[in-house]
Amino acid sequence: MSALSLHKRIEENTGLLIFGILLVSAIGGLVQILPVLNQKSLQAPSTNTQPYTAVELTGRDIYIREGCSVCHSQQVRPLIAEVERYGPYSRAGEFVYDRPFLWGSKRTGPDLHRVGGKFSDDWHRIHLIDPRAVIPESIMPGYPWLAKREAHRAGDIVAKMTALRTLGTPYTDEQIAQAEADLEGLLEIDTLIAYLQMLGTGLDEEIAR
Amino acid sequence: MATTHSSQDSADIYEDTVVIRLIQFSVLWAVIAMTAGVYISAELLWPTMDFGQFWLSFGRLRPLHTNGIIFGFGVSALMATAFYSVQRTSHVRLFAPKLAWFCAYAWQLIILLGGLSLLAGWTSTKEYAELEWPFDIAIAVVWVLFGVVFFGTIARRKIRPIYISNWFYGALIIVIAMLHIVNNLAIPVTFGKSYSLYAGAQDAVVQWWYGHNAVGFLLTGGFLGMMYYFLPKHSGRPIWSYRLSVVAFWAFTYSYIWAGPHHLHYSAIPEWVQSLAVVMSVILLAPSWATMINGIMTVSTAWEKLRTDPALKFIVLSLAFYGLATFEGPMMSFPSVNVVSHFTDWTIGHVHSGALGWNAMITYGTFYFMAPRLVGVPLYSVRLANIHFWLALAGTMLYIVAMWGAGVSQGLLWLSVDEIGELSFSFKDIMASMQPFYALRLIAGLIFLAGTCLMAYNLSKTLVGRKAVVVKPPPVDPAYAIGKEAAV
Repeated sequence: MSALSLHKRIEENTGLLIFGILLVSAIGGLVQILPVLNQKSLQAPSTNTQPYTAVELTGRDIYIREGCSVCHSQQVRPLIAEVERYGPYSRAGEFVYDRPFLWGSKRTGPDLHRVGGKFSDDWHRIHLIDPRAVIPESIMPGYPWLAKREAHRAGDIVAKMTALRTLGTPYTDEQIAQAEADLEGLLEIDTLIAYLQMLGTGLDEEIAR
Repeated sequence: MATTHSSQDSADIYEDTVVIRLIQFSVLWAVIAMTAGVYISAELLWPTMDFGQFWLSFGRLRPLHTNGIIFGFGVSALMATAFYSVQRTSHVRLFAPKLAWFCAYAWQLIILLGGLSLLAGWTSTKEYAELEWPFDIAIAVVWVLFGVVFFGTIARRKIRPIYISNWFYGALIIVIAMLHIVNNLAIPVTFGKSYSLYAGAQDAVVQWWYGHNAVGFLLTGGFLGMMYYFLPKHSGRPIWSYRLSVVAFWAFTYSYIWAGPHHLHYSAIPEWVQSLAVVMSVILLAPSWATMINGIMTVSTAWEKLRTDPALKFIVLSLAFYGLATFEGPMMSFPSVNVVSHFTDWTIGHVHSGALGWNAMITYGTFYFMAPRLVGVPLYSVRLANIHFWLALAGTMLYIVAMWGAGVSQGLLWLSVDEIGELSFSFKDIMASMQPFYALRLIAGLIFLAGTCLMAYNLSKTLVGRKAVVVKPPPVDPAYAIGKEAAV
């Protein structure tokens, strides 16, 4: 009956109840999440995976801002149909510079992890502004405003790259110093296309072949 | 603010005006966020419905819909019911009522400004944690204060045992605080932009530890607190097995946390993490159904009340959907099922069988129960509430069926290869074939929204312009009273 009398004490003591809930709910995270956070192999980039350039990073943050990941996953599963449809399945090493990860949970539109290089820049430009101009059945919204805004308008690229370097992305001083100039004259849509065109190109060479 | 009793005469009456206000806010967010949901479901049929406006774009409205439902409608309802029931199960007035009022209004401000920030494109993209860092900090602060009011009330209770509903509300407060803080750790860049402390596969594991358990402890645990207070209260029957509720509580609190990585099957996270998540997801079925059975058995001698009482009908039906969703969840965690269901509308259907069938319905039932009692008049219209019940049921069923149809076909058609291993269907053909299902879903959403609007009308007719009834704590049975020697 000691278990019951122990429980009687928890049942009648606010502090014990709080402590008990915290303890019992924390175990799962400690055993399951902490080891993953300490697993070095999940932080090692694939050989061709580089930090995002200033242009690609700007494009990626526009992808985030517009909520593209609401309808597009970036996670090719190791299944025959998916590898045929999209390309080689996704490896952990390709995502090490992704803050946050953009795997998504829903494919209202197709997966985009291997979209890089599959379409021309011009195709992307038309498609992003008016998807039904190139795919009549498409239910994707158009993003005409991306072709009107200048990419450097936010003026925060140096702060962004500096923040990412603090978190461990190996940007050099030159890359950060050059960032503003890299964005000069580009529209938001140009940077988004640059991001889409590099997506999935960070695989090790022998796997990509 | 409406609390203007002098401190002398209000010290021993329940603080119920804040409950009324929270109910009204909750209903308001339900109407707004469900309208957003209906709107984006129409955008999937008519993609130009954003009229070239960035803030009407699907990618921005969808997080507004989910956050509005979970944090606007859901949390406001949880705060309202927690404040209502913790006073009545502790036999004392809320601890620090002014702080309770602050929590209630600060929370509404966070939802309002947070919603606007999502439309402006401030988002971390982490699902159900989209709000950017200034809001994350504000949420953490208000959440802790919510905990102070709640646990402060329990600490001052006049009755020895802490009733089971308070455990679930307590777990809601504690675990959500833990998940929210850990998952949102980030380095701010500007007011509307930050970078996650975690990257890639590790970020994914942390996010779904959060995402799954936000569902677990907010949408499941918190609402079970609602169930454990309002179901026995309303049916006039004690909990069928108090011991079962105790065992199920700890089993639930322990095992839910492990199941998150089942959102990441076939991904680049370690395989042992995925497998462990499957095992724990299946184990989770036990406490989930134990709780459902406990609830159903509690009303088992009061079935006749279902004929006349729409509030009880909502609560009992919500338990059925709770059972359905908590059965479907573990099934979808099996890799062989998940391979079909993942990334499809099946997931959307699963979420809505929980969100519409369980969360919304139990909240509706609870509101129909509380509102007349709070102001001391009968419900404005029982007939409208009955109509609402059937609209809610029809809307939910149609929604789930439409999404099952869409999800299962998507999943199977995507995976389909012919005898020489070529893909059988192009993505865009499969996508185009979804239109009938999306149309059905839009109709389902409209039906459900119509019901919610009826309730908004019914409750506002009941509540608006009336003051909270003055309720004093009843005397405590001496057998359960807190003696001088009892530690609190």
